[in-house]
This record gives sequence, C-alpha cells and structure tokens, in this order.
Amino acid sequence: MGYTFAEKVLARQAGLETAVAGQIVTVRPDKLLTHDNTSDIAKKFRSIGVTRVADPAMHVIVLDHVTPAANETYAASHKATREFVAEQGITAFYDVGEGICHQVLPEKGHAWPGAVIVGSDSHTPTHGAFGAFAAGIGRTEAAAVMATGEIWLRVPESLRVVVRGQFPERVSAKDLILYLIGQLRADGADYCSVEFAGEAIEALSIAGRMTLCNMAAEMGAKNAVVAPDATTRAWLAGRVTRDYAEIHPDPDAIYARVIEVDAGTLAPQVARPHRVDNVAPVTDVAGTKIDQALIGTCTNGRLEDLEAAADILRGKHIAPGVRLLVLPASREVLLAAIERGIIRDLVKAGATLLNPGCGPCLGAHEGCMAPGEATLSTANRNFKGRMGSKDAAIYLASPATVAASALAGVIADPRAK
Amino acid sequence: MQTKLTGRVWKYGDDVNTDVIFPGKYTYSISDPDEMAQHALEDLDPGFVARVQPGDIIVAGKNWGCGSSREQAVICLKRAGVAAIVARSFARIHFRNCINHALPIVTCDAVDSVESGEEIAIDFAAGTVTTPRATYTFPPFSPEVLAILEAGGLIPYTQQALKVRETAR
Repeated sequence: MGYTFAEKVLARQAGLETAVAGQIVTVRPDKLLTHDNTSDIAKKFRSIGVTRVADPAMHVIVLDHVTPAANETYAASHKATREFVAEQGITAFYDVGEGICHQVLPEKGHAWPGAVIVGSDSHTPTHGAFGAFAAGIGRTEAAAVMATGEIWLRVPESLRVVVRGQFPERVSAKDLILYLIGQLRADGADYCSVEFAGEAIEALSIAGRMTLCNMAAEMGAKNAVVAPDATTRAWLAGRVTRDYAEIHPDPDAIYARVIEVDAGTLAPQVARPHRVDNVAPVTDVAGTKIDQALIGTCTNGRLEDLEAAADILRGKHIAPGVRLLVLPASREVLLAAIERGIIRDLVKAGATLLNPGCGPCLGAHEGCMAPGEATLSTANRNFKGRMGSKDAAIYLASPATVAASALAGVIADPRAK
Repeated sequence: MQTKLTGRVWKYGDDVNTDVIFPGKYTYSISDPDEMAQHALEDLDPGFVARVQPGDIIVAGKNWGCGSSREQAVICLKRAGVAAIVARSFARIHFRNCINHALPIVTCDAVDSVESGEEIAIDFAAGTVTTPRATYTFPPFSPEVLAILEAGGLIPYTQQALKVRETAR
C-alpha cells in the first residue's frame, strides 16, 4: 500500500514506520517560524513557567508585519522581540528590512525537502514549495512548541492537483491558484494536504510554486507541497548546507480527491470582494475602477513578479488617480530588482516603492484604504476590512493583471496588447 | 470543562473569516483581552458586542474561522462571553486555537434548525446538540483534544505535561 507525502513525512518525523490519514502523531518540528507576534508568544511562553526555549536552533524569527514600526506600540513589540532573541540565544533572527518571513526563511536556508516547519502564520504552507511539510499554528501553540519542542498533528487526508499543459502568455501560477480556489471554494481543502503535480507544475519556477503553496491556505489546506526536483535542488544549493532526504509520495498513494487541470485553458483570474473564492476570469470584471494597485506580499513579491509587472509598465505611466505600491518580498529580491533595472522602470512608471515587508496587506499601515475605494492587489486575502475601511473593496490578481490595470486605471486584461 | 451547556444563539453563515471576527488592524496593537472583546465580530455584526451575554452560543455554517491564524479571534469571543461555538465545519487553525483556549467547539448541522435569539443545549458527554426543532449528534473529542480542554487550555496542559516529565526523570 502506498502513502502520500503527508503520511510519509509525518511518519518519519514521529519516528514511526508508517502513519495514515486521521492518525495523530507527536513530532519535533525542524523549524518554528514566528514574526511580529513573537513578543506576544514570548509572554505566553513565560506564563507556562519555563525560562529557556527547548531548542534555540529550532527558531526562525522575522520582523515583517508592521515594519518599520508604525507607532510606539509596534516599536515596543519589536523591541521585546529583540530582547527575547538575545536572552534565548536565537541566531536565526531577521530584523526590520530583511523581508517577509515566508521569503526570508527559505532564502536563508531554513526550508529543505522533507523538513517539518510550523509557523504562527496562516501562510506557512508556502514552504511546501521546497518539498517541506509546513503548516500554520496559533500563538499559544507556538508558545507550547517553544517550551516543549513538540507538537501534535493530525495526519491530513491528501488532495492531488495534477496540472497538465503549458501556461498561456501572461497567465501565471497566481491565475491557476485563484482558479482552483474558485472551483474548490474556501473550504475545499479543509484539513487537507494538497499535492501539486504534473508537467505545468514541473515547469514552474520556485517563485510560482511558492505562490501556489501560499494560497492553498485560502482553500483551507493544512499544508501544500510540490515534490522536489532539479529546480528545487538548484535553488537550495548554497542556501541549505545540511544533508536532507527528499520525500516523494508513492505512485499508489491513496487520495481523498484528485483534480486535473489543463493550464493551457486558463485565463487571467480575479477574486472579487469580499471572498477569495469569489473568482471570475478577468474579462468579467474588466473596466472596474481602481484607486490603488499593489504588487508584493508573500504571494507575489518575488523577482519574477516584479519583472512581469515591469515588462508591462516599462516606458509607460500609470493612469492618473491610481496609486501603485510596490513591495519587494525581501532585501535579496529588492537588490536583484535594482541590479536588473526593474525598480527604476517601475518607479519611472509611477510606482511608489515601499520597503520589503507585509506592507498594507493586513491593513495596519502603508496604504490603507478609505471608504468607497478599491484596490487591486497581488496579495492572498480580500476579506472585508482587511486593508483599512470595511467599506473598501479588494480585488486579487496576478502581477501582470495588476500592472496592466494600473496603466488603465480600471481592471484590465494583461493579454490585451 | 462543563459537560452541559444551555445558551442563547447568535446565528451566522458560511466561511466567516477571522478578519471579520477580529480585524487585522488591531492584531499587533491590542493585547488586553477586555479590549479585544470590544471589537469582536466588528466587521460582521456591529451589534454583537453591545448585546452579547455570558453563556451565549455561536451557531454557524461551514468553515467557521477561515483565514488568518490570529488567536485574538478566539480570545475576543471568549472574553465577550461566548460559551461555545457550534458549526457545520471549522477551519483547522481556528479549530486548534479554540481547543488551545478551552473554548468548546462542536461540529454539527444545528445551523439548519435554529434562529438567533433561540436557546440550544449542548451535552458533551452524550454528544448531542438540541435546538428547538431537532437534535444532532457529534463525535466525541479525540483523547488529545479532550486532555487539553479538560486542563483548561494548552498553557495549563503544557504546565502539567512538563511537570509530569520532570517527575518521570
């Protein structure tokens, strides 16, 4: 009998011969990711009555959510995190300006095939792009992992998404995942491990794979994964120095559901307010007026995302009345985009460059909306009130669609020449 | 934990996300649970905070608590007085967060036969939810989950577990 990725990785981590969907296992995660919420988690950790974390090497801490601090409250929280890091002897700490946790963690070599990663952020499944098992947890749970070094996990059922064919021009991984969420709905993968496979997935860059795994959270997935291959190994070379043993699902593994998609039939997709699964082809919403356009976040702030936008914006200028915000996902991405002239092209086209970080995605600073306004964003959530006013509208799309729309002042099809 | 609860219902629909339960703009600026309670369900039901009473029960459709991992979405409801949540299904991180804060949750279809303001009864030992029109059964908690609920949440549970380990050495 064959086993899924989730069954194999959790069995190995728990020291068991086998594990099957539905079984509860206790594992020591390889990495525990926390961000601006570290200061609060540290308080909960201390309330347990423990003074030292179980394993300082398990921790990866990235300040990214409201960086630089927007006011004194955030500043005090960041300071408390720095003090905790120093007190506990945690070395994998990345301060303001390094970037978004889901970009920085792999860049700095903390994700590898077969690793088990838990993080106090719902988009932790992103790291499945490297063949890791990565799942989001809450703050109290993170505090308990700090104290014990362990967590119980239910081995999830698995859903396999097989994507054949080739993506048409200016149609990307973002369009695929929006399409899938529209089909499967917000709870379509609740509690499940989602395995992405097929020739279209194998052809995707690491950036595209990260976009897919990141947004699997929006259909309820516990984790998502792309099996490691030559693309993965090349990206990790020089970043991950430890040995690792890849885990691949068995050909005869048992899946709760198998979904097949032909990438060649996909059009650019847009999620309309106020649900991520309220998805339509861009042609259905073309012409909708926007006040703000955002390119960045843990979903689409990588070099190829900025490049896709620059290819559309180069030598042109955004429409009057539109604010285009660009947030590279990390310092590494920002530097590469500077070196390639991408930043110059975007800024010349009218973009406002913000520092690497989460920016306005969670509505705390740097580009919140007023009532009645609309943003078209490359982010992963469009819930009511998420970017400021509850009477504002958030639409989600790919970097190419956001760039084309910023030029037009209305939602526009990036394929139109 | 109490084995039986009776409470007044607040009924909501499908896919209620944690952003409308507790807006993201407060997640790093509010740390006092009483202040969190003042914003519970702010972007979904602005009348909730003024009228919720201790012991009230939320009854919802599928995928309650989807979206962000924020735990304030549990803390604000619990501090506002919510005694339990009954939903057709729960998003997984929120499910764990409820257990970790010892807020009892029940997975069943009670939303089909109850309206806001009516009373329902939950019997955890029998595994039943009784609305004015129907009775539903739900499976017992797994031993792992039950142990955390009975300890009063994950923090006290971890305290007990670590003491157990020290004794065992």
